[in-house]
Amino acid sequence: MSNDAQIPDIRSSRLDKDEIARNFGDLHPPLSRSEALIAADRCYFCFDAPCTTACPTGIDIPGFIQKIRSDNIKGSARTILGENIMGGMCARVCPTEVLCEEACVRNTHEEKPVEIGLLQRYATDPIFDAQAQLFSRAPPTGKKVAVIGGGPAGLSCAHRLATLGHDIVVFNRDSKPGGLNEYGIAAYKAIDDFAQKEAEYILSIGGIELRNGKALGQDFTLAELRDSYDAVFIGIGLAATNEMGLEHESLPGVDSAIEYIADLRQADDLGKLPVGRRVVVIGGGMTAIDIAVQSKRLGAETVDLVYRRGPEQMGASQYEQDLAMTNGVTIHHWAMPVELHGAEHVTRIQFERTMLDADGRLSSSGERFELSADTVFKAIGQVLDAGALRADFAGLEFQHDRIVVNEACRTSLRNVWAGGDCVDGGDDLTVTAVQHGKVAAIDIDHHLSKE
Amino acid sequence: MADLKTTFLGISSPNPFWLASAPPTDKAYNVNRAFEAGWGGAVWKTLGEDPHIVNVSGPRYSAIHSNERRVIGFNNIELITDRPLQTNLDEMRQIKKDWPDRALVASVMLPMNEQTWAKYLPMIEDTGADAFELNFGCPHGMSERGMGAAVGQVPEYIQMAAEWAKNAASIPVIVKLTPNVTSILPPAKAALDGGADAVSLINTINSIMRVDYESLTMYPTTDGMGTHGGYCGEAVKPIALNMVAEIARTKDTQSLPISGIGGITDWRDAVDFLALGASNVQVCTAAMVYGFKIIDDLVDGLSNFLDEKQLPFGQLVGKAVPSVTDWQYLNLNHVEKAVIDQDLCIQCGRCHVVCEDTSHQAITNTVNGERRFEVIDEECVGCNLCASVCPVDGCISMQHLTSGNDPRTGEPISEIKANWTTHPNNPMRKTD
Repeated sequence: MSNDAQIPDIRSSRLDKDEIARNFGDLHPPLSRSEALIAADRCYFCFDAPCTTACPTGIDIPGFIQKIRSDNIKGSARTILGENIMGGMCARVCPTEVLCEEACVRNTHEEKPVEIGLLQRYATDPIFDAQAQLFSRAPPTGKKVAVIGGGPAGLSCAHRLATLGHDIVVFNRDSKPGGLNEYGIAAYKAIDDFAQKEAEYILSIGGIELRNGKALGQDFTLAELRDSYDAVFIGIGLAATNEMGLEHESLPGVDSAIEYIADLRQADDLGKLPVGRRVVVIGGGMTAIDIAVQSKRLGAETVDLVYRRGPEQMGASQYEQDLAMTNGVTIHHWAMPVELHGAEHVTRIQFERTMLDADGRLSSSGERFELSADTVFKAIGQVLDAGALRADFAGLEFQHDRIVVNEACRTSLRNVWAGGDCVDGGDDLTVTAVQHGKVAAIDIDHHLSKE
Repeated sequence: MADLKTTFLGISSPNPFWLASAPPTDKAYNVNRAFEAGWGGAVWKTLGEDPHIVNVSGPRYSAIHSNERRVIGFNNIELITDRPLQTNLDEMRQIKKDWPDRALVASVMLPMNEQTWAKYLPMIEDTGADAFELNFGCPHGMSERGMGAAVGQVPEYIQMAAEWAKNAASIPVIVKLTPNVTSILPPAKAALDGGADAVSLINTINSIMRVDYESLTMYPTTDGMGTHGGYCGEAVKPIALNMVAEIARTKDTQSLPISGIGGITDWRDAVDFLALGASNVQVCTAAMVYGFKIIDDLVDGLSNFLDEKQLPFGQLVGKAVPSVTDWQYLNLNHVEKAVIDQDLCIQCGRCHVVCEDTSHQAITNTVNGERRFEVIDEECVGCNLCASVCPVDGCISMQHLTSGNDPRTGEPISEIKANWTTHPNNPMRKTD
């Protein structure tokens, strides 16, 4: 075979157009009305519902499902979006199997929860399709708030502040709003430009000025914003990719999963996106699964995902792990990368078997194995690029390299709030970022109204 | 397999399941299919005098659905047969000839004068039909013309027409009763006094299903206008069971054989009717919703049930009647408490919230800081609400207290039965 000789074998158009279209269609097709009514009928309308408790944004889940039952879709959407303005995206990307659906009492009854995620999508899709405004703004307060970051935390904060009558400027590093919703989530989870549809809906409340292409530390400083605005919210996420700390890590072909996914999400024609024949993914979180499955669906021949611990410790849920496996991804547990090989381009990567020692610490067994690779994707987590922003962050308290906030998302700096992935103690989920933005907005409003 | 061969008024059929007089028995084609499927008998769609009536060409039916579109309640405004009498008679004669082992009953609805009855009944009986069923039940359309429920709501008319029918017929006469009355007993008694051999009940209940949420007119309509129909299906079964049991347990009427009708969908529904005093049952809506094939489960299920109970069919009839009484005779010394099986509990908390909001605040939601639903015996009146709403079959049961004190009242549990008729709070109590 001719392509055996070709090293590295990275090229586009591995699959035909139809196959690509099938592979990147909706992962979970939406429910029809009759499917939704049957699914909704399974909700027991629990007292003090465990699903609601399990939802980071506290959506009244039995309440919105009850409204689906009665064809009160607008009311259902308001119940959802009133707590979580990104309820549309969360319906697509939330790991419901470890949140609301895990808590569903139907699991105890018959080991099959109510399909809360799909029902939430059923209730919210028509609102985004029609861009039907469900919210109104309180009378103007005359207060101005700066929001740094146009991702889930920032947009959620901005929307809530807007409904409370404040004026907001969102400083967004990227050319489009949405953050990881736009640039970071697997394409088949948010098809048809949904992230933009959602951002458009959020902004349509009014009072929010979006400034794209404005990055903290480059185009403005935190100090400037603190001077010019009544309050500042930081929702800048984690911009930098963790390093493996290996020699030759800068070899071509050793890439950041996040950056590749961003390219994939912005590609007009996925068929034209080059993908390696043999892809190795390092990491065990959602991003690792997303890059592994998408590589496979772009036509990679083999995709090996290597994680240094066991399946229970993976950041990716069981559902995600299963998704990877059914897509033909080979998952290797208990192994860590130790050597990268290749002259002009990565060709092989060596791993050492890992284990837990007597103290429960990860240690190497010394046993090695090797995988051939045209591409190695690093998906071992993101970090806040605090180094580059040090001057900006003077006075901000940090822990675990992330910003420290209290329960109301206040930072150690006066009039500065923060939320989303960039704060300490989060779980790197869209839904949590949305909650932070909401909580911060409510506290900002409370604070500003006392001034 | 238990023998389900049934004799009702001397009419034998291979099983106690007859199709009720309704659209499923409109013509030979349907009845042939029904008998092929295994139905024990058919009450032919109600015959009237010539010229035949006409029906609307538009919605005659509508339903109340569950969210999965299961039909719970059903409504119709169809009138009696809209085919020439002779067509019906010819087909009935052929059916009886082709299916001699099945029951064939002629349902009739005629104007209130004796000559008409005397004219038509012999003509109909000549088909070989096994019995007449007098339709005094239909609450829509025909009642406006002084027939159907308009007769069934006036005991004197029932008696009169039953007498005319008995005079004109040599085969048994069943009177089909309307539930659209305050008490079913006077109509049943009138049928008995008129010489009827049996009653069948219930016919349908006056009903309007809903409005159309677009046009805000009633739904459905015929060209923008609607009229009330007759309600039937699973939803009406409890109403029917009460009326059947009333007739079966009341001295004045208990000698009447009963053909039970009203929402029978599976074999358990049939057990309900039979145990509460019906000698056979008639089915319509379930067949209209699922087709004739449901007879398989009706026959098979009832047969298996009787086998398991080791009960001959005849002994099932009326078995539960002695357990039906008036409220005043209920034992007020009997105490029950709800018990929640914590191993089965799925923690939905519905028992708690309904008890808390609408009953006796007798179920916890938290115990020692944990989500847990336990019955508070000091508050529980044993009302059965929690067990009724619990989604898990068998999770909440009612336990009879037989000794000690009732934690709610502090009163000792008494083995002596005592009811309202002798209760000290009853100003009308019997003091002997």
